[in-house]
Amino acid sequence: MLAVEGLTVHYGALAAVDDVDVTVADGEVLALLGPSGCGKSTLLRAVAGLEPAAGGTIRWDDTDLADVPVHRRGFGLVFQDGQLFPHRDVAGNVAFGLRMKRMTGRAERVAELLELVGLAGYERRKVTELSGGEAQRVALARALAPRPRLLLLDEPLSALDRALREQLAMDLAGLLRVAGATALVVTHDHDEAFTLADRVAVMRKGRIVQTGPPEEVWRRPEGEATARFLGCGLFLPATVTDGTATCELGSVDLPWAPAGEVTLGLRPNALRLTENGEGGPAGKLLRSVHRRDHVRLQVRLDGSDQVVDAVAAIAETPGDRVHLRLDPDGLAVLRRDARQGE
Amino acid sequence: MARDRAGLRTSPRGLALIALVPLGFLAVFFVWPVVAILRLGLREGGVLDTLASPDVWQLVGFTVAQAAGATAVSIVAGLPVAFLLARTRLPGLGLVRVIILVPFVLPSVVVGLAFRALLPDGGVWAIILANASFNVAVVARTVAGLWTHLDRRAEDAARALGASRPRTFTGVTLPALAPAIGSAAAVVFLFCATSFGVVLILGGARLKTLETEIYLRTVELLDLSGAAALSLLQLGAVVAALSIGAVMRRRRETALRLRGQAESARRPAGGEWWVVAAAFAVVVALLVPVATLVARSFQSGLDGYRALTGIGYEGSLDISGFDAARNSLAAATDATLIAVTLGTMASVVLVSLARNRVRYVEVVDTAFMLPLGVSAVTVGFGYLITLDLLPGDLRTSAALVPLAQALVVTPLVIRIMLPVLRSIDERLRQAAATLGAGPWRVWREVDVPMAGRSLGTAAAFGFVVALGEFGATSFLARPDTATLPVAIARLVSRPGELNNEMAYAACTLLIVVTVAVVAVVERVRVPVGEF
Repeated sequence: MLAVEGLTVHYGALAAVDDVDVTVADGEVLALLGPSGCGKSTLLRAVAGLEPAAGGTIRWDDTDLADVPVHRRGFGLVFQDGQLFPHRDVAGNVAFGLRMKRMTGRAERVAELLELVGLAGYERRKVTELSGGEAQRVALARALAPRPRLLLLDEPLSALDRALREQLAMDLAGLLRVAGATALVVTHDHDEAFTLADRVAVMRKGRIVQTGPPEEVWRRPEGEATARFLGCGLFLPATVTDGTATCELGSVDLPWAPAGEVTLGLRPNALRLTENGEGGPAGKLLRSVHRRDHVRLQVRLDGSDQVVDAVAAIAETPGDRVHLRLDPDGLAVLRRDARQGE
Repeated sequence: MARDRAGLRTSPRGLALIALVPLGFLAVFFVWPVVAILRLGLREGGVLDTLASPDVWQLVGFTVAQAAGATAVSIVAGLPVAFLLARTRLPGLGLVRVIILVPFVLPSVVVGLAFRALLPDGGVWAIILANASFNVAVVARTVAGLWTHLDRRAEDAARALGASRPRTFTGVTLPALAPAIGSAAAVVFLFCATSFGVVLILGGARLKTLETEIYLRTVELLDLSGAAALSLLQLGAVVAALSIGAVMRRRRETALRLRGQAESARRPAGGEWWVVAAAFAVVVALLVPVATLVARSFQSGLDGYRALTGIGYEGSLDISGFDAARNSLAAATDATLIAVTLGTMASVVLVSLARNRVRYVEVVDTAFMLPLGVSAVTVGFGYLITLDLLPGDLRTSAALVPLAQALVVTPLVIRIMLPVLRSIDERLRQAAATLGAGPWRVWREVDVPMAGRSLGTAAAFGFVVALGEFGATSFLARPDTATLPVAIARLVSRPGELNNEMAYAACTLLIVVTVAVVAVVERVRVPVGEF
């Protein structure tokens, strides 16, 4: 088990990682989620031993890693862009860690790993001739081959295009489970984090601001900044009683929401058109744009000049009057006081 | 992430041990002799008198003027060639790369002789053109290196906004290339200002530069204080030029990180053909002196070549031409081995320092470049007055020539190796480390294989440069250990038609060896590095 306590990493005067506590249990996949520049990669690199810590401890089980150099930590690392050794073929790359550890039966292990990442028979390929997705799979196989105690993934899918990224995220999630890997994944993409991780730690400005299971982080972000990062664009005061939240745009069933005064965070898909074209708050449709699997609408609400995002299944005609309803899937619930001070 | 830091430190003690070898060599075989000469000169007094003499400033004026002229000519001639190499896709470009390099690695004596064969009247223009022809390769290759990585889309954008081709070049391309041009100009100026063989052969008694005057005063007039004063002057100028070059280089390395990977070479179009034509004209012009030389060597059939088995007209040499050739090969081989070892060690230290974010690495870098710019004569004479203090008196040893040559070749090895080592992504080394490779193992598994090919390139270039080294060798070689360039210089300074024929034949031999080596190097070229 990895235990990080009070870790601080400085870049000059700037604390890139500021007094961070985090643990990763055996067999657990933890995602460090945050916008770029929040210090998540620095934290990962400090765990790998690539950044000197200004304070705090990093322990594996009961061993303090402060004096353990990078190459003796037994952690695997996968970079955003693979960083395969260009002078070695695929097998040479995957076998690298096995050679360093003088393990026997390398050819079998290489074949096994390539099979696992879906690249069986690629042994003799040149790494310069691989596609981005293939290169990333080889990088993963290379990191997994020497059976690392902990796998560190630094934005492992960010360099790939979207369709491939989603496919590979699913594959990677399955693969980490099959391998029973303990892993720390750094990402700025919440889809990726929620696909891969058992637990998500949200980072901002060098600190971890929230840790929890994906669903909890998604539904109950700790503050407005986190909620915005997770897609909420509109915040409304609301009252929750008996599992029903009521705000100025109507009422909606939220059985998981705590009772009392809260703030609702609305993602675009929290507002949909009513089925019969009536009821609910009404407004004038300004724009209707096709997205990949839905239509994004912009609506100016009657009475106020507030422009809100909503989604629909099919395109509508701009200029039409539309009626909206709340959809619980797109809602996040924040503590009322959490809005202040952000 | 942009802020990658060194996480896998090569141990400071190990690094210091490696640094000790090249620094020790530099101290014993460069700093000590040079300082000794300077002290000797200063002790005799008269340094201020020398510096106050108007003749000296005339000398400085001519040295700077001819170097500036030659630098300007090399840049004007080098730019079209750089364009040709970087931006066009035409058959025969590989050959162009080889051809422009030939004058650069030819012994300066040979180039001087070639221009004397071409322009018998010699004069300032002969010196400028000869020095420039040496350095077209430096300009073309340095600039082409940056130009290849320059994103073509900035130019396309300017064109789309209505800029003409010339306007686009002056407004967009030229400013982007400025760091490379500046860096090349500094190096070329240095080479031209300290050029020895060319000026000695073409200038005769009339036209003298600091370098030849130092030689003259040291060897013939025994005016050590005068020579020391001039050496000090030259040293100051060299440090200035190198510092400018280092600053330019740093800017260029920042620029290179921004490179677009897009292939920027394509078939020339429209007005670009004029530039291509100009480039080929330059290439032909570079070939003319070399071709003249080769033609002259066959003017009287094979007489010159047959004469190489002898010792020249009325015994102008102490050994036969072929013995000199054997000396050349042996000395160049030893020098290359020494230089590659030292240069690699220095590069490893420099790149490790840079990876550990140590400041003022440029200062160390520049220190290793100094031997390129200090008068070979100063160094050579310094050897004679210092090295007797070392065990096993080196002054009479045949080992002195390769050691002096290594001093000249090592900076070249560093300039080739360092950019390659610097271009290795730090994260590649970090990946190796997380897979269980310790600091030294990372070097063995990542840096060595990736830089291996350029080590071959460095060795080959080092070999031809050592083969052609003239300044220090002419001073240190004893009559029976004379190398081919020394023998050539001696032959042309003595009367007798046979001597001339023999000299031309010897030049052709050197050209053949040089071209062969350069052609092989081009086959395995790595597209990083400065030469």
